[in-house]
Amino acid sequence: MAALAREFGLSAEEYARVPAALGRTPNLTELGIFSVMWSEHCSYKSSRLWLKELPTSAPWVIRGPGENAGVIDIGDGQAAVFKMESHNHPSFIEPYQGAATGVGGILRDVFTMGARPVANMNALRFGAPEHPRTRHLVAGVVAGIGGYGNCVGVPTVGGECTFHPAYNGNILVNAMSVGIAEADRIFYAAAAGIGNAVIYVGSKTGRDGIHGATMASAEFDEASEEKRPTVQVGDPFTEKLLIEACLELMATDAIIAIQDMGAAGLTCSSVEMADKGGVGIELDLDRVPLRESGMSAYEIMLSESQERMLMVVRPGAEEVALRVFEKWELDVAVVGRVTDTGRLVVRHQGAIAADIPVRPLVDEAPLYDRPWTAAPVPAPLADGGPAIEPMQALRRLLACPDLASKRWLIEQYDHMVMADTVQRPGGDAAVVRVHGTGKGLAVTTDCTPRYCKADPRAGGAQAVAEAWRNLTAVGARPLAITDCMNFGNPEKPEIMGQFVGAIQGMAEACRALDFPVVSGNVSFYNETQGRAILPTPAIGGVGVIADLSRQARIGFAGEGEAIVLVGATQGHLGQSLYRRELAGAEDGPPPPVDLAAERRNGDFVRALIADGAVRACHDVSDGGLLVALAEMALAGGIGATIEVPAGAGPATAWLFGEDQGRYLVALPAEGAAELVERAASEGVPACIIGSTGGDALTVTGAGHISLNELSELHESWLPAYMAGG
Amino acid sequence: MKAAVIVFPGSNCDRDVKVALEAAESRVAMVWHGDAELPGVDLIVLPGGFAHGDYLRCGAMAAHSPVMAEVKAQAQRGVPVLGICNGFQVLCEAGLLPGALLPNAGLKFVCRDVQVAVETSQSVFTNAYEAGQVLRIPVAHHDGQYYADDDDLARLEDLGQIAFRYVDGPAPGAGNPNGSAHDIAGVFNEGKTVLGLMPHPERAADPMHGGSDGCGLFLGLVRALG
Repeated sequence: MAALAREFGLSAEEYARVPAALGRTPNLTELGIFSVMWSEHCSYKSSRLWLKELPTSAPWVIRGPGENAGVIDIGDGQAAVFKMESHNHPSFIEPYQGAATGVGGILRDVFTMGARPVANMNALRFGAPEHPRTRHLVAGVVAGIGGYGNCVGVPTVGGECTFHPAYNGNILVNAMSVGIAEADRIFYAAAAGIGNAVIYVGSKTGRDGIHGATMASAEFDEASEEKRPTVQVGDPFTEKLLIEACLELMATDAIIAIQDMGAAGLTCSSVEMADKGGVGIELDLDRVPLRESGMSAYEIMLSESQERMLMVVRPGAEEVALRVFEKWELDVAVVGRVTDTGRLVVRHQGAIAADIPVRPLVDEAPLYDRPWTAAPVPAPLADGGPAIEPMQALRRLLACPDLASKRWLIEQYDHMVMADTVQRPGGDAAVVRVHGTGKGLAVTTDCTPRYCKADPRAGGAQAVAEAWRNLTAVGARPLAITDCMNFGNPEKPEIMGQFVGAIQGMAEACRALDFPVVSGNVSFYNETQGRAILPTPAIGGVGVIADLSRQARIGFAGEGEAIVLVGATQGHLGQSLYRRELAGAEDGPPPPVDLAAERRNGDFVRALIADGAVRACHDVSDGGLLVALAEMALAGGIGATIEVPAGAGPATAWLFGEDQGRYLVALPAEGAAELVERAASEGVPACIIGSTGGDALTVTGAGHISLNELSELHESWLPAYMAGG
Repeated sequence: MKAAVIVFPGSNCDRDVKVALEAAESRVAMVWHGDAELPGVDLIVLPGGFAHGDYLRCGAMAAHSPVMAEVKAQAQRGVPVLGICNGFQVLCEAGLLPGALLPNAGLKFVCRDVQVAVETSQSVFTNAYEAGQVLRIPVAHHDGQYYADDDDLARLEDLGQIAFRYVDGPAPGAGNPNGSAHDIAGVFNEGKTVLGLMPHPERAADPMHGGSDGCGLFLGLVRALG
């Protein structure tokens, strides 16, 4: 049994705790249940201690981490419900189904809480474009995300897609979903009411995904391909029926508790419901709808078949529940009862297949204070070279894989279904209207992994600050974040050091910006053959625009408008895309994040937008100022001319440095001087750098480039790359 | 005007088209596909989505839903029927419109604005537009390549049954997005009382959508049908 435990991913010390918790030697099914509940994926045993450092409360937070998704108050009696989650390992093995089921899983986390999903996002990190698997993985992941989201009818409104050799053997697929619910109609997982029925609804249970949570808690090796059978298969049509059926039943008073079956399937959902309610649950596996015959209790309890939910209903409400689910042609069955024993009792074919006290499964899960070391931050750059003609550098940057247009993939996602998409993908944040109102939700995902690698603390803070800035740039008031923490093997002190540093930086930024964490997910062991990914704490941010008639967009909206740079520019080239793409060097420290300046500058810009004072706005991030300017010009189809201010130092650093806390805004020329004065009175650096107009981008004294040429360069890389297979 | 929007399991633009119809001051009844009866209405709408997951051919299973017998009967009596995207696929599968919708020529889902020219204003659906007017409306589909054999295409052209055609324009991605024969984006039945189209007018029906060229379709229906 100890050898089997090791195969199931439990260490010898961990296995030794099982008989103690159980009072006897476990049988196979029980061992399977312990091993998935105590897996890194389900127990957060390496991260729990540190996650407590993150601020999780604010007056507008209705429910923070610990439920299926976070819940925040968005006014008018409504709540936004959201979370981001990783599906990295399955997506590497089987990209279409891995990505598709990642979307399905995060949607269930949201509608389980009573919210109608209204927007999906995704943060994707692939290996180097020249790596032989990358093209296949991009094609499969994108098709999988689209195939699932398009069919369920939730718009995929944006995200990130970048490339780096550190992800060659371990891509990242992080999916985020945002839903809207009535603030006083949120559903939780705590089971209650001794004797109440436990109802199973959704797809039948098959042999797919058995031990998926364990796979997600181990490094990859050459044999990982053989784990293909542990990847689940998605059925978005059933998910769509499940959404409609659950929301229909939630409109009645039938449901006491509800939990989706995600990682570790029936095991995790029943244990969590029992644990949160302080009760026991008895399951009769003979009543579970099965896809194939001859499944053992072990297989039924560990299956990760998709599109399944478990719920506890009020006495007498069983009929109502069955009627709704049968209307939607879903498999449904009463599979158990709530008990007062505090035990999970599983019956199968006339025998007891498992009988485990619930508390130890959760409370006595291992908890590790892993040793960690912080790597030294790289020394500042000696020089900012190479000295390349700025327009030539811009050509290279706008066509580089990370900055090239992602139209090829955006067009494979239905980003307009539900007819409330107000800002489509391509801006700083996507904006969806809260249905039937004049207000909107802004959503973004952000992280700059190369910054996190060089300095996890600064990188963690930067990821949060950039999410906050992107929401601000469309005019939204940033409210809260979800985090998806992707790291290597936490048993290595240097990896654990990256995790700790990122958490500390994130915590600082969340506090300084009043931007708490309300949900999240940790994905460790993102390594293949000992090589770890870049530390990637992906941040999903949500904000509210109270009045959609006062929002800002990225594209220039008129000719002859003044362009104002808000925020201070030092010309920081360390870890910049300029250095990476033009000098082939990922070197130096990342740009410092001054959280007080970030907040001051952002609050100033948001007020400008709310006043209707600016006609276009864009945050300055990857690639620096000239790239941001080019993006505004391309989005609006209007050119611009700018000048490097006297005393700004080397033009290269001013044009391509990645100093934080900056925005470009455009406004009618006659208001520009007043705006700069207003900024000065609020202690915000701002200067007029040029004006819009024409069909080219010009830096006085440093050349020009036509928008047609820029557009061609920007648009052609990804389709050409994908066609190159 | 009173419209019925048919809801199939897997429809996902049913609410969107209801909103657009109501904005044009139509009354709207949502009708479940399993119902064998339809209320008396002036217009029947088959919305976009993935009826039955489109796990067979797109629209093939929905075309055999209980409610479709009644839809066909009312269509034969001249009640106008509008099918958008998946609804267009269902109408072709049900035999209410000629031709078929094949997977896009690019074999990928495509979601973007396209430009379509209105071929005629002489129908209950298009009377608010001018013939030749170019509209900017989004498409979002995987199987939108209109196909009919040469004889059918010639007949469609001769009888003026082509409602909308994809046209080129300055915006990125303009032109025919899916390889449709004769750039066909939408077709009528012979009597011009049934219309199927791949673009989603309900997604261009509100200034917040970034365009409202689709409004004319709903306003025209209300004008024609009271």
